[in-house]
Amino acid sequence: MFEAISLGFMQRALAAGVITAVIAGYYGVFVVQRGMSFIGSGLAHAAFGGVALALLLGGEPLWIAVPFTVIVALLITWVRDRTTLSLDAVIGVFFATAMALGILFISRIPTYTTDAFTYLFGSVLSVTWTDLWAVLAVGVIAAATLLLWGRWAYATIDREAAMADRLPVRLDDYILSVLIAVTIVVAAKVVGIVLVSAFLVIPAASARLVSRRFLGMTVISLVLGAGTAVVGLFASYYFDAPSGATIILTQTAAFLVCLLGHALAGRLAGAPRSNSS
Amino acid sequence: MSEAIEVNGLDVQLGNYRALSDVSFSARQGDTVAILGPNGAGKSVLIKAILGLIPAAAGEVRLFGRLASEVPPEWIGYVPQLKTLDRSFPATTCDLVVSGRRRSWPGRITTREHETAARMLAIVGAGHLCHKPLGWLSGGELERVYLARALIREPRLLLLDEPATGIDIVGEDDMYCYIEGYQKRSDAVVLMVTHDWLAARHHASQALLLNRRVVSFGKPETALTDKSMREAFGHVGHRHAPCPEVPYV
Repeated sequence: MFEAISLGFMQRALAAGVITAVIAGYYGVFVVQRGMSFIGSGLAHAAFGGVALALLLGGEPLWIAVPFTVIVALLITWVRDRTTLSLDAVIGVFFATAMALGILFISRIPTYTTDAFTYLFGSVLSVTWTDLWAVLAVGVIAAATLLLWGRWAYATIDREAAMADRLPVRLDDYILSVLIAVTIVVAAKVVGIVLVSAFLVIPAASARLVSRRFLGMTVISLVLGAGTAVVGLFASYYFDAPSGATIILTQTAAFLVCLLGHALAGRLAGAPRSNSS
Repeated sequence: MSEAIEVNGLDVQLGNYRALSDVSFSARQGDTVAILGPNGAGKSVLIKAILGLIPAAAGEVRLFGRLASEVPPEWIGYVPQLKTLDRSFPATTCDLVVSGRRRSWPGRITTREHETAARMLAIVGAGHLCHKPLGWLSGGELERVYLARALIREPRLLLLDEPATGIDIVGEDDMYCYIEGYQKRSDAVVLMVTHDWLAARHHASQALLLNRRVVSFGKPETALTDKSMREAFGHVGHRHAPCPEVPYV
C-alpha cells in the first residue's frame, strides 16, 4: 500500500478520486431523491461531445468540456422548465445530440487520438496537476453549497411547499444542474464517461437504503463515496484493473451490503414494502 | 377592521384555458371562508393564485393590506390538496413539521424545536407520530401532519385545500375542530376548499361558491341556496339512489 501511495500519479489519482467521489456523493443525494438519476448519464455523454470538440480544436479538454457540458445542462433544465416534457425525455434528446456531435468532431480529427478513449473509460495515469486543481476548485464550490443543503432538501421533498415559501426553487434547479455538470466532467477523468454517473447514484442510493433521515443519508453517501474510491483505486492498482470499473464495482459491493441491511432492518421492524400507502 | 384578504377581479389563465374569471371576494380576520364548487371549478387554482404559485393574468390579491407577494411567507400556512411531497424521502414526521417553522429542511433539530413539533402534532391528534418515518404514514395521518406543519408557524392566514381528504368520518370532525380551535385562539383567517356542504354550513362564517367565476359569496345560509347550488353543480344534494344503468361500450 505504501509503495502505491509513494507514486506521484497514484497520489493525484487518489486525491482526485476521493474528492470527486465525495462531491458526487453530496450532489447524488439530491439527484437520487429528485428521481433524476439519468441526468448523470446524460451529462456524461454531453461531456464526451465537449472532449471531442476540444480534441478537434487542439485545446485542453477540460476547458472546453466544462462549458460545453454546462451549456447542455442549462438547456436540459430550461427545456424541462418551459415544456411539459418529462426530465428523462429531455435528457434523452440532448444526450444523444451531444454524443452525435462528439462522434462527428472525432471523425474530423485528422490523426488518431487515444485521448478520447482516456475520457471514455477513465485512467488514473491521466490525472494531471491541472485536473487536480480543477477538482479542488469544484470541491471548494461544493463545500460552499453546504449552506444551501437545507433549502435544496426542502425543495427536494416538497417542491410546491418550497415555492409557496418563496424559495428560489427554479434558480436552484439551474445551479444544481451546472454543478453536477462540472462535477461530471472532472470526475470523468478518473472513472470515465461511461461509468461516471454511478458516482452520483450508487453511494446516494446505498445511503438511502440505510437512512431514516436525510442528514444521515447525506453523511453516509459522502463516506461511502470516499471509502469506495480509496478501496477501488488500490484494488485497481494491485489487480492491474481499470480504475473506473474497479471503483464502481466497489460501490456496487457497498450497495449490496446496504441492501442486505435494509432487508434485515425491514424484516425486523415490519416496514411496509411500498411507500405508497 | 381592515380586510385580511381582498381578491379583486382575479383572472387566471392556464395555457388556453381560462381557469378563473373576474373572481372578487374579501374576508376579515377571524373569518373562515369555505370554498365550494364542482371538479374543475378552479378552487385549488384560487388557493395557488393567492399563494403566488400560479400567476394572475389580471386582477390582484391583497393580504393584510399588502400585495400578496409582499407578505412574509411565514404569515401563511398551507395544506395542499394533492400531497406533492416525496414519500420516499428519508425523514421523520417531526422533520416535516419543523420544516414548516424553519422554511428549510432541518438537519439537526433542537430540543425546543422538537418539543414545539411534538406539541403541534398532539394538537392535531397525531402526537404519537413524531418519530414515525414519513413513508409509513397513512393518508389520514399525513393530513394531520400537514396541518401541524402549517400551524407550527402560527400563520395569520391558513389556506387549506380539502383538509379532510382521506380521513375517516370521526377524524374529519376532529380536523374541523382543530382548525376552528386554532382560528379562535389566533384570530387567523381561514380559507378552506371543501366538497362537504355540511362542513361549510357548520364550520365556515362565509361560503364562496365557485365555478371558474364567483357563483355566490356570503354567509353559508345565503350563499349556498338551492338556486346557487344548481347553478354551480347542475343539481342539488347527494343522490345516494340506485344509479341509472350505463351500457358498456
